[in-house]
Amino acid sequence: MPAVQETVDQVRSIDVDQYKYGFFTDIESEKAPKGLSEDTVRFISAKKDEPEWMLEWRLEAFRRWQTMREPDWARVSYPAIDYQDLYYYSAPKKKAAVSIDEIDPEILATYEKLGIPLRERDALLGIASGGTKVAVDAVFDSVSVATTFKEELSRAGVIFMPISEAIREHPELVKKYLGSVVPVTDNYFATLNSAVFSDGSFVYVPKGVRCPMELSTYFRINERNTGQFERTLIIADEGAYVSYLEGCTAPQRDENQLHAAVVELVALADAEIKYSTVQNWYPGDKDGKGGIFNFVTKRGDCRGDRSKISWTQVETGSAITWKYPSCILRGDNSQGEFYSIAISNGRQQVDSGTKMIHLGKNTSSRIISKGIAAGRSDNTYRGLVSAHRKATGARNFTNCDSLLIGDKCGAHTVPYIESKNSSAQFEHEATTSKISDDQLFYCRQRGLDPEEATALIVNGFVKDVLQQLPMEFAVEAQKLISVSLEGSVG
Amino acid sequence: MNAEIRPIRTPAEQGLSGELKALSRAGGPRIVALRTAAAQAFNDNGLPHRRVEEWKYTDLRTLMREALPLATPAAVAQVEAHQGLLLDTGARRIVVANGAVVPELSDLADLEPGLSILTLAQALAGAGETLARLGTLEPGRYDAALALNTALATDGVVIEVGEGAQIARPVHVAHVVSGHRPAASFARSLVVVGAGAHFTYAESFEGPAGLGYQVNSATEFVVGDEAHLDVVRLQEDSASALHLSTLLFEIGRAAKVHAFSFGIGAGVARTTLYANLAGEDSQVGFNGASLLKGRQHADATLFLDHQVPGCESRELFKTVLDDSARGVFQGKIVVRQAAQKTDGRMMSRALVLGDDAEMDNKPELEIFADDVQCGHGATCGAIDDDLLFYLRARGISLKDAQSLLVQAFVGEAIETVEHDGLREALVARAEAWLAARG
Repeated sequence: MPAVQETVDQVRSIDVDQYKYGFFTDIESEKAPKGLSEDTVRFISAKKDEPEWMLEWRLEAFRRWQTMREPDWARVSYPAIDYQDLYYYSAPKKKAAVSIDEIDPEILATYEKLGIPLRERDALLGIASGGTKVAVDAVFDSVSVATTFKEELSRAGVIFMPISEAIREHPELVKKYLGSVVPVTDNYFATLNSAVFSDGSFVYVPKGVRCPMELSTYFRINERNTGQFERTLIIADEGAYVSYLEGCTAPQRDENQLHAAVVELVALADAEIKYSTVQNWYPGDKDGKGGIFNFVTKRGDCRGDRSKISWTQVETGSAITWKYPSCILRGDNSQGEFYSIAISNGRQQVDSGTKMIHLGKNTSSRIISKGIAAGRSDNTYRGLVSAHRKATGARNFTNCDSLLIGDKCGAHTVPYIESKNSSAQFEHEATTSKISDDQLFYCRQRGLDPEEATALIVNGFVKDVLQQLPMEFAVEAQKLISVSLEGSVG
Repeated sequence: MNAEIRPIRTPAEQGLSGELKALSRAGGPRIVALRTAAAQAFNDNGLPHRRVEEWKYTDLRTLMREALPLATPAAVAQVEAHQGLLLDTGARRIVVANGAVVPELSDLADLEPGLSILTLAQALAGAGETLARLGTLEPGRYDAALALNTALATDGVVIEVGEGAQIARPVHVAHVVSGHRPAASFARSLVVVGAGAHFTYAESFEGPAGLGYQVNSATEFVVGDEAHLDVVRLQEDSASALHLSTLLFEIGRAAKVHAFSFGIGAGVARTTLYANLAGEDSQVGFNGASLLKGRQHADATLFLDHQVPGCESRELFKTVLDDSARGVFQGKIVVRQAAQKTDGRMMSRALVLGDDAEMDNKPELEIFADDVQCGHGATCGAIDDDLLFYLRARGISLKDAQSLLVQAFVGEAIETVEHDGLREALVARAEAWLAARG
């Protein structure tokens, strides 16, 4: 809000150290030896008690990864990552818990502090989730520590478990779908993930089942010098519906930590998957020291006719975000959606967007992206919309708006729109502006102070996207937005 | 991921490198150094391919199969017989055939006060003082087409419009290719418009139908404070030809610049426009239209650099694609931190008539200043059925209805041309294209 001097000052003195999830839980953990080699991959695979085929899959990915180069096309800059200076596996030392009462109380306390109820009893009482039931898979560093409501879900036929468990218990499903959306060789970070992924969630919703509750995974990086490589695989069989939420936090540290996740979604005929993310990794301090490098590959495959995948993301954390949740619209009449709010402050760098690949007939997609840059951050929308030769009747609507707060930040838009079909209809619009003086004047005239007025306008700016979030998340996201912009808009 | 391994040199690259061995020594040490540096840059980087972001959709390495021999001077009578574009617009006509000015066909007499026109060859030989401005506009990145032009062009037109001169009659540089053997011609022009002057510059490109020649043209425009420059371009090269052109602009304070490029010809055409908005409060409009059919490929690429506060820029590009033609639009608006109060709007619209046609749009914004209004839009689609129905319900045949709608579609962009004679000539070319459409 450059018009008001106080705000300019506040932007300058911006304090991103308000990160309230920056605490560290002191528990003993077991780690793989530092560095990355075939032995590391074997170590992780052995820890997870994996079958031979899985180990082979990982080793193949690792060999491939060694021949690849880190991508450099994104509008982000960071010091070279020393992949040998990381721990690729870290797990709390206590033995795997069978029931919730056996989980290390320290970890339970951690999640409680984060507002994530792992005790079903508490959750049922609606202590933290506003009265609605949400099944949670909590991932602590490299392992899943608890999954709630497993029984109730299995009564509906829904499989919701850590992926390491699914590899053992449902190998046929994992074999069939793992790597089918994001191939092992997809990109540098996805290949690295394929080699060393340690845990994540696995969801399978059988034919015609509407998942009885929201599913969610909560990722927490705790240990120093570790990378988190989680892998999520969600399959909605014919006519199924599932809504999945993801949240992430990490302690406040001076070093950068790597988070390279892969998320694969498969929607068969008439199925619908709604995937929502509130990403709040530690963004680094005001000088850009520390913070998470969030290099994530997320892709959904609308494999069946009339299927639908919807991505909603609120990105406020991470020092660097490199993330393009995409939809492959393979089935006829399938739909893809992408709603995003990306807020950058301090010295954060965001390069995010989506890909909508229209392959089937009469497919449609919608992209609403809102970028807000403040402080000395850079916020880039990068997206692709493409229609294949056979994708007759493809439709896309894209709207990317950027808001700049302060004159030291940057907002960039890099859309690629490729149409190979005459009946495809694509519309794209993007705007970049500051908060208009007229809007501010209007609000101030009605007695709002500049900070309140700005907050109100920003909330209006992102409203389209917030509406797409499930209730519990929308509230959290709204709070997060005001915290993220604190000091710059209020 | 880019493999940095230097790919094997294509026959075209080898051929061009051969031509780059003997560079012209004309123009003094500065020009010779420019040529040498450009040749070296080409030898180092070669032709761009799809992994080079700016050429992502126009893979010149594949599209330019061979390096043609440099064009030789054309016979005057033949050129005279061949030329056909923009003949009756009332503009002062200068003919550049096979990359060299043809004085016999050029109207260089009775220049208005304040207007000076030299051939580049004359300027390089030491006539005039404007030469100091040649090659001073730099895109700040390696551009193969421009590098080849800098190294190999030896003729073209050097125009200077003195301070405050109001030149009502446009100057039209007609590039004509003439001959029976495919050859490569290079032309370089420079237009300097003094402070407060008003000038209209037109360029056209044509050549024998069916001949697979190559044209590489570059024009630099240095626009002074409060000057007003209109540029009108018509490209109707042979459908087998390769057309590369580069336009470079440096725009002073409170200047008004409007450029319109109309592309109908060439098998493969690429026009790259670089504009530096270096003076405050200037207003620029860069518009274009392409009518493509068969297997034509046309690429319009634009880099707009807002360096100072208070400028306004408008871009409107229309592409009509029939058969299996391919259109490309890449536009990038950069707004530097100092460029507050910038007002930028960029729009690319494509109308797809052919089932196998393809359109690639990449409008980019790169913004570092907060108090700006910038936007871009891109659309792509077939003719609206409702509009067709409306016309057909009134007894208009399908073909005529389509023609009317296409005409209205490109008309919006052509309308922006200020000079009546030139605008009408362009409208006529669009009508001819539609009439020829089966």
